[in-house]
Amino acid sequence: MTISEDEVKKVRERFESDIISSYQDKDMVVFILKKEALLRFVQFIKEDPDIKMEQVTDITAVDWYQKRDVRFEVVYHFYSYTKNHRIRVKVPVEEQDPKVPSITGLFSGANWFERECWDMYGIVFVNHPDLRRILLYPEFVGHPLRKDYPIDKRQPLVKLIKPEERRERP
Amino acid sequence: MSDLNERVQEITVNMGPSHPAMHGTIRLLITLVGEKVVRCDTQIGYLHRAFEKMSEANKWQAIFPYTDRLNYVSPLMNNVGYAQAVEKLIGIDIPERTKYIRVLLCELSRIADHLTCIAAASMELGAFTVFLYCMEGRDLIWDRIEELTGARVTPAYIRIGGLARDLPEGFLDRTLSILPRIEKVIGDVDALLTENPIFIERMRGTGVISQADAIEIGFTGPCLRSTGIKHDLRKKSPYLVYDRLEFDIPVGSNGDNYDRYMVRMEEMRQSIRIIRQVVRDMPGGKISIDNTMYILPPKEVVYNTIEGVVNHFKLIIDGIQVPAGEVYDATEAANGELGFYLVSDGGGKPVKCRVRSPSFALMQGLEKMVVGGSLADIIPTFGSINMIGGECDR
Amino acid sequence: MSIREGDSNLRSNMGEEELLKDVVITSRLDESISFFEKVLNWSRKYSLFQYPFATACCAMEYMTTMGPRYDLGRFGAEVPRFSPRQSDLLWVVGTISHKLAPVLVRVYEQMCEPKWVISYGVCASSGGFYNNYATVQGIDSIIPVDVYIPGCPPRPEQVLDALILLQEKIDRSKAEWRFSKKYDNK
Repeated sequence: MTISEDEVKKVRERFESDIISSYQDKDMVVFILKKEALLRFVQFIKEDPDIKMEQVTDITAVDWYQKRDVRFEVVYHFYSYTKNHRIRVKVPVEEQDPKVPSITGLFSGANWFERECWDMYGIVFVNHPDLRRILLYPEFVGHPLRKDYPIDKRQPLVKLIKPEERRERP
Repeated sequence: MSDLNERVQEITVNMGPSHPAMHGTIRLLITLVGEKVVRCDTQIGYLHRAFEKMSEANKWQAIFPYTDRLNYVSPLMNNVGYAQAVEKLIGIDIPERTKYIRVLLCELSRIADHLTCIAAASMELGAFTVFLYCMEGRDLIWDRIEELTGARVTPAYIRIGGLARDLPEGFLDRTLSILPRIEKVIGDVDALLTENPIFIERMRGTGVISQADAIEIGFTGPCLRSTGIKHDLRKKSPYLVYDRLEFDIPVGSNGDNYDRYMVRMEEMRQSIRIIRQVVRDMPGGKISIDNTMYILPPKEVVYNTIEGVVNHFKLIIDGIQVPAGEVYDATEAANGELGFYLVSDGGGKPVKCRVRSPSFALMQGLEKMVVGGSLADIIPTFGSINMIGGECDR
Repeated sequence: MSIREGDSNLRSNMGEEELLKDVVITSRLDESISFFEKVLNWSRKYSLFQYPFATACCAMEYMTTMGPRYDLGRFGAEVPRFSPRQSDLLWVVGTISHKLAPVLVRVYEQMCEPKWVISYGVCASSGGFYNNYATVQGIDSIIPVDVYIPGCPPRPEQVLDALILLQEKIDRSKAEWRFSKKYDNK
């Protein structure tokens, strides 16, 4: 279920300076990358015959508000059907410049996942074909899954009336 | 004919969020030339209930009711998936009996999910009798679940490290007794639909997707198996006790609606086979781990000793203390790969609790399946994908 | 069980004058229900055409309530008309998010008078346990509601009880002849 040691070594040799760290986490190998190297890395793991990632399983982000220096972390999970192994790739993104290159050119299934990331966290995916809100409405202001967005701050589209103020005609 | 095409212009039709299907709220903006679909803009999010934000505000063990309402047609599978992910993060091993009971409930939920999908899809096509038969079959399953957990639709029965309570007396026999009746329901539906020329005409050849497209977009589950790829997480990376059970994986060949229907019918029969084996092999023993750091202590201890009271109090007020780290764990839900990505910083509440829902990826592929066909083909295609709104929009 | 409208006063705290206020002396013509209105109410309550605005988990129990075991059709509410212009009973089944609220208001406005609304489940009645940025905390802040059904999801027997309550309410109602809007501020 996890890629083997030689493959990890191969990846580390190829992307010397761009990998911040890599470790084995339970049954998956995790790579922490710099965001400039993301596209080359994803292309490599897609085309390399030993690793051969075929599907983007999930793209999401984690908000380490006031717990780490770099606020956001975009997390990718990939899966290979022929080799039956998974890999996790993490890209730290700072708050002042939340831009990450989009991988929709390599995996078209990343489209909606990246839109959801933009909707919930405000992370801009450069070169995405259609970056607009997916789970919320366009009039919504803010990005709700950030830790500093209060959970019950509602932005209604329709005028809300208290039921006791609704006057019935005599 | 060419000047006929020049006179026909594109129109955009809105299949709005409230449309006559029990499929959940979704909005399709369909651009048509005549009857042919040229573009289909899928807009989801009308049932966004902020599962992730709510789970960041609640303790680890209090998230179970929210997971119930993700895929509300087979809620026990979501519970099992979440509990498994947390147990993997903590690193605890659950007893054998718990594993067998979890498999039993997962397979019962899978049958209920497939029955609902076929019922709703065939009601769209006009086969109302199939809907009524499947509702009766599903009610039989819900009776068993209600006897065990107390609720029909949203049980929240699984706990981190075990289950809420043990099986009552005679539960396994009663479960075995409903299996022939469910088989009869499946047989009746089969007789009504499988060789029905109208059904075949509408379902065969519509909503086709190729293998390469399916993998790239992110399909998993019955929709992927209908294109010919033999992939099932229960066989590829077995969890619970699936490696000890014998069952087959039905695989289609064309990737059209008819294959998805046939895959689901056959999966129901395989699930019944699994349930029979589980009931035969069920061991005795405990249903939860002993460690009261994660499981509530038994009521006799809570009401009679001071340590029990304090233990119970700490677990409820502070929550389970999950060690820092992260985990991604996937199970084979009825719709595909249901994955939970959990991040913990050592406290009682998660930093992140992400659900990778299968329907979200399936809805991405709807446009590809529908473009080029006619407007009437959207209905069976959408029905056979089995999008569940709670799971897609979370 | 479902909540009756009018049960909100605690009867034990009221004095005798207050209690007598609820007793209706029907010697005045414009307060009594005439025979024609009785026939009208009878025909309306036993032939409700429903519009199931189904969104979430409650839709599963709704499907079962329409199914063969707990049959909603015995009470006359058999036919789901999937167009608001042809129906008079709006079932709001499941959670309503803020993205869906304008759609619900529009569907309600498209229905013709006389119309009734049943709010099915706690999510539609009060927001349920989803107290967050995306959920409307009860649809009675956007459209008027006649019967509330609590439960997550409510058992089919509760739903049948709610339908009978609604039928009793229709029985008591007077026909509105002249104006189309029942409420001043919708």
